[in-house]
Amino acid sequence: MVEKTEVIMDSGEGTGPVPAKEPAEVLLGYYRDMVLIRSFELTAAEMYKRAKIGGYCHLNLGEEATVVGLTAALHKRDYLFTTYRDHGYALSRGMAPGQVMAELFGKTTGVAKGRGGSMHMFDTETRMLGGYGIVGGQIPPATGAALALTYRGEPGPDAEAVMCQLGDGTTNIGAFHESLNMAAIWDLPIVYVIVNNRLGMGTTVEAASGEPELYRRGASYRIPGERVDGNDVLAVREAAAAAMERARAQRQPGLLEVMSYRLKGHSVVDPARYRSSEDTERAREADPIPALRGSLLQAGIIDEEHAMEIEREADEQVSAAVAFADSSPDPAPGELFNYAYATPVANAPHTLPGDPVVEMP
Amino acid sequence: MTRGGDQMPVITYRQALNDTLRAELTRDESVFLIGEEIGIFEGSYKITAGLLAEFGPTRVRDTPISEEGFVGAAIGAAMLGMRPVVEIMTINFSLIAIDQIVNHAAKIYGMFGGQTAVPMVLRMPGGGGQQLAATHSQNLEVWYAHVPGLKVVAPATPADAKALLTAAIRDDDPVIFLENLSLYNTKGEVPEGEQIAEIGKAAVTKEGTDVTVIAYSRASVIALEVARQLEDDGVSVEVVDLRSLRPLDRHTICASVRKTSRAVILEDDWLSYGIGAEISATLMEGAFDYLDAPVRRVAAAEVPLPYAKPLESAALPDANDLIKVIRELLEATSFTR
Repeated sequence: MVEKTEVIMDSGEGTGPVPAKEPAEVLLGYYRDMVLIRSFELTAAEMYKRAKIGGYCHLNLGEEATVVGLTAALHKRDYLFTTYRDHGYALSRGMAPGQVMAELFGKTTGVAKGRGGSMHMFDTETRMLGGYGIVGGQIPPATGAALALTYRGEPGPDAEAVMCQLGDGTTNIGAFHESLNMAAIWDLPIVYVIVNNRLGMGTTVEAASGEPELYRRGASYRIPGERVDGNDVLAVREAAAAAMERARAQRQPGLLEVMSYRLKGHSVVDPARYRSSEDTERAREADPIPALRGSLLQAGIIDEEHAMEIEREADEQVSAAVAFADSSPDPAPGELFNYAYATPVANAPHTLPGDPVVEMP
Repeated sequence: MTRGGDQMPVITYRQALNDTLRAELTRDESVFLIGEEIGIFEGSYKITAGLLAEFGPTRVRDTPISEEGFVGAAIGAAMLGMRPVVEIMTINFSLIAIDQIVNHAAKIYGMFGGQTAVPMVLRMPGGGGQQLAATHSQNLEVWYAHVPGLKVVAPATPADAKALLTAAIRDDDPVIFLENLSLYNTKGEVPEGEQIAEIGKAAVTKEGTDVTVIAYSRASVIALEVARQLEDDGVSVEVVDLRSLRPLDRHTICASVRKTSRAVILEDDWLSYGIGAEISATLMEGAFDYLDAPVRRVAAAEVPLPYAKPLESAALPDANDLIKVIRELLEATSFTR
C-alpha cells in the first residue's frame, strides 16, 4: 500500500479576531475579493468539466487570503510576476473577471487575447506581467524587471518595485538561486514570495528540500527571510508590505514565505489521492474564507445577511463573467500570425500546415 | 585603419562589433550590455574592450556565472523597455539558458497577446577549429533557427557584423546574433556612418551562372574564396550568404538556383537536421524543375568534435571539401565550359 502524504503543519492558525484598528471597509474589501476568487475558481472548475476551458487549469482554492494579502501590499505602480496558479492574482490585481474568464475560454476578449490561457494571465495596465507556465520561469525576468527599475528611478517610499511570486517546489531550481544572488549583489527592488502550500504536485516540501524552512534560503544571499501564516490576510499583507517598503526605499531584496494550503488537487483534473484524509481535513479546517467570515461576524462588522449578500454578489459577478466569455468571439484562424513579431521582418513565415513554402514563378 | 582617399576603412570583425556597441550605447540610453567578464576583463574575446571605462558599470554590467539568470534578467529588463545586449561567452553555454531563450524570450510577445515586446540581443560566438574539444566547438544555430518568435542572424563580414548588430539592437524582438570565433580577426571594408541591415534578407555576394553555393557565417567566407578560385578555372559560382537564418530568405535561395540549376550548401553545423536540410527541402519545392542534379550538402561530420588537430580538421568542412563537391556536381551534369 502506498503511504499517503502527511504534510507538516507548523503554523496556520488562520484569521483570529480582527484587530479593532483595521477599518471595517478594508476588511470587507478583502472578504469580497476572497469570496470573488473562491466563486471564480469553483466556476472555473465547473467550466473545465463542461469543456469550456482546455489545457491545464490550476486553482487558487484555499489560497485566497494569501492572494489578497499579497496584492494588498502592492502599489499601483508595482509589478507582479506569478506562477501558473494565477487566476486569483489577476482578479485581485484588478483585471476584469469577464476578461480573465474569457482568457480561460480562449476568446479574443481575454486578457491575453486568448493566446495564453489559464497559466498566462497578463496585463500591462495593472502591471501583472504574467503568470508563467514553466516552473520558476518567471523568476529571472522578474529580477530583470527590478534591474530595469534601477535604471529609471531612485529609491524612495513611492518608488516602483517588483513582487515575484513562486511556489515551494520552485525553490529547488537553479533560476531561483541565480536570481536571488543577482538581486543581492545588485541591490534590486524585488520581493520574492514563496507560496508554500506544502505540496509540489504530490511531493512534500520535506521530501524535496534540504532546508524545508524555505524562508531561510535567503540567508545564502544575505536576503532577509520571513515566514507568515497564509491563512491570515492581514498578516500576509503586513509582512508583504514591510518587505515591499524595504525594496522601494532601500532597494533591499526580500524573501517571504507564506504558509498556505491547496484545498484541492494540483490542477482541476488531479483528485489528489496521494493526500491523507487527515491532511485534507486539516486543509479544510484552515480554509481562510469561513475563518474570516466568522471573525467579521464576531466583530459585528457584518451580519449573516450582509455576508450572504457579498457571496451572492460574487456569484453574480462570476456568472456575468461566464456570460461575457461565452458570448465573446473566438479568434479567427486568419489572426494566427498577428503577434508573430513586434518588429515586422522580411520573409516572416506565414504558411499554414500543407501550404507551399515558396511560390513558384 | 584607413587606406586614405575615398576608400572605406578596413577593420576587423571584432572591431566592427566593438564600434557598433559603442555607437549604440552612445545613441540610446536604454541600451546596456550584460554578460560574464564583459567589463573589467573586457570580454573573453575582447569584443567589449574599452567599453566599461567609457560607459561605466551599469551600462556594461558584469554578471555572476549564471547564464539562465542573466539571460532571464535581460528578458525582464527588455519587458520594461530597456534594450539589453547580452554576451554569452560561447554558444555552448547558451544551453544553460535555453529555457529562458526558448520558453520565455521567444514566447512573451505572442503568448501574452502582443502586450509586451522583448527587445534584446543575444550575442554568442560559435564554431570549431580552435582545438577546444567537443563541448566548446559547437554550431548550435539550428536549435534557435527552429524557434518561432526568435530572429537569428549570422554575419560573415565586418560590414555585415556592423549593419546586422545595429539592426538587431534596434529591433523590438529577441535576436540571436551568431558570431564565429574564426571570424573575429578577419578584416573587411566597413562603411562609415549609420548602417542598418534588413533582417530576414539574404545577399548574393557573388553572381555566377553555373552553380549556387549557399552558406552563412564562416562558411560564407569560404564559399566566396572558392568561388573566386574556381573562376580562374572557368567555373562561375554564385554565392548566397544567408545572413538571416530566421526568417530564412527562401525567395533569394530559390531564385539563384533556378538560374544556376545546381546547388551546394556549405554549413558548419552537423549534417542531419541542419540548416542545409531546410534549404534542400526549400529547393525541392521552389526549384525542383530547374535542378540538373540533386542538391548537395557539405556539413560537419557527426561526432562530438575531437581535440586532436587531424581529427578536428577531418570533421570540419573546408574549401577543399566544397571544391570536391562542386566538381562532382559539375561532372555528374556533364558540365562544359
